[in-house]
Amino acid sequence: MSQKILLTSQEVNIILHRLACQLIEKHLDFSNTVLIGLQPRGKFLAERIKQILEKEYSVSNIELGFLDITFFRDDFRRGEKPLEANKTQIDFLVEDKKVVFVDDVLYTGRSINAALTAIQSFGRPSEVELLTLIDRRFSRHLPIQPDYRGRQVDAINNEKVKVCWIENEGEDAVYLITN
Amino acid sequence: MKELSVNHLLGIKYLVKEDIDLIFETADHFKEVINRPIKKVPSLRDITIANIFFENSTRTKLSFELAQKRLSADVISFSAAQSSVKKGETLIDTVNNILSMKVDMVVMRHANPGAAYFLSQNVKASIVNAGDGAHEHPTQALLDSFSIRERLGEVAGKKVVIVGDVLHSRVALSNIYALQMQGAEVKVCGPKTLIPKYIESLGVSVEPNLRKALEWCDVANMLRVQNERMDVNYFPSTREYAQQYGVDKALLDSLNKEIVIMHPGPINRGVEITSDVADSQQSVILDQVENGVAIRMAVIYLLASKIKQ
Repeated sequence: MSQKILLTSQEVNIILHRLACQLIEKHLDFSNTVLIGLQPRGKFLAERIKQILEKEYSVSNIELGFLDITFFRDDFRRGEKPLEANKTQIDFLVEDKKVVFVDDVLYTGRSINAALTAIQSFGRPSEVELLTLIDRRFSRHLPIQPDYRGRQVDAINNEKVKVCWIENEGEDAVYLITN
Repeated sequence: MKELSVNHLLGIKYLVKEDIDLIFETADHFKEVINRPIKKVPSLRDITIANIFFENSTRTKLSFELAQKRLSADVISFSAAQSSVKKGETLIDTVNNILSMKVDMVVMRHANPGAAYFLSQNVKASIVNAGDGAHEHPTQALLDSFSIRERLGEVAGKKVVIVGDVLHSRVALSNIYALQMQGAEVKVCGPKTLIPKYIESLGVSVEPNLRKALEWCDVANMLRVQNERMDVNYFPSTREYAQQYGVDKALLDSLNKEIVIMHPGPINRGVEITSDVADSQQSVILDQVENGVAIRMAVIYLLASKIKQ
């Protein structure tokens, strides 16, 4: 197994600020917008983006929720491993709100497909966008593209993109891992 | 990732502690799901489940049906009263006929102890025991422990007394297994005629005095007097039973601590507990019903994930 660094801590930081600015450009004061981090890994990115928006750009009252899509996945009973659920925490309705899904890596698009179904349990959003730190090109199974992307990566199927966060792994970095 | 150690839920006796933990963790997620504006997930859209009830049931049957529908499974339900069982068909034949219609899982309640086990040995489907005679009622015990965990934080170390008709109760036996497995201490309390002779061999002590039992415990699980299973008189009169083993508000208030009151339902109001106790803050009876759906969703989801495609 070998690993190559794709983004360093400094690069991650610059990208997060750019993504935050792009969100402000579109959503201004976030009065009708909610951020939804997709469990488990999108949670860290969503929290970080919220933190930057609040601290660096003085956007207040951002509603942030976490959505677990385990029970909405299309591969139940199809894989070798059973699916493990995470906590969903959405304390507001998304009816007529602009929803921004936040996830660390966009790969096949199946998680986003499941999330689009899952979010309907909390109301009918007026629109849904997708923000992702890493966009793995040419590997989509479904016609799904991000609205805000950190970095595009070309990776083949036996390679894995791993996003590390200081809260969880002790550093901000993105690695490409080859088996 | 964790999965259940069993392919059927026949009784708590066949589970290990890790299974119970996994069921509770999964039920936590489903409890959140059933409190959403839209209370449904599509996980089991390719699973068909038959609910076969050879004995009367309201709560359990509705709870199972609701759990299955919340998971998007296809559900067929039948009661023995309207079935060919009355025409003399055997249990295996009845179930195999249902399975020929491509059913993946069977939830069964039957008057004979061991009926669910017998079925699991003879048919190709995942079996969930929804009560077999006076033997086990595993989902009830799971939801009872889940409700204790929710109210008191954990089950380990808690003192639970099971009061009343232990002799005819499948709820009692499953609860004893489940509570002990999680590290709780269990006593039973009731008229001597309604306490099984060898109950102490399960590691359970008997306390004939209700007041003493309540002063000892953190949780009192009040069982229903199962008049329909009593072929002879086990106590002189219902009034005397209520006086000796019924809990009223005055008795609860006179204790030196606040205990949690549970009841598996249906309640004989004024017999096991009075209305003011059933509707009091200390009672978790309606929480038990809500938790029942989450627990059954978890059990069905976890068993379904083991059914091969």
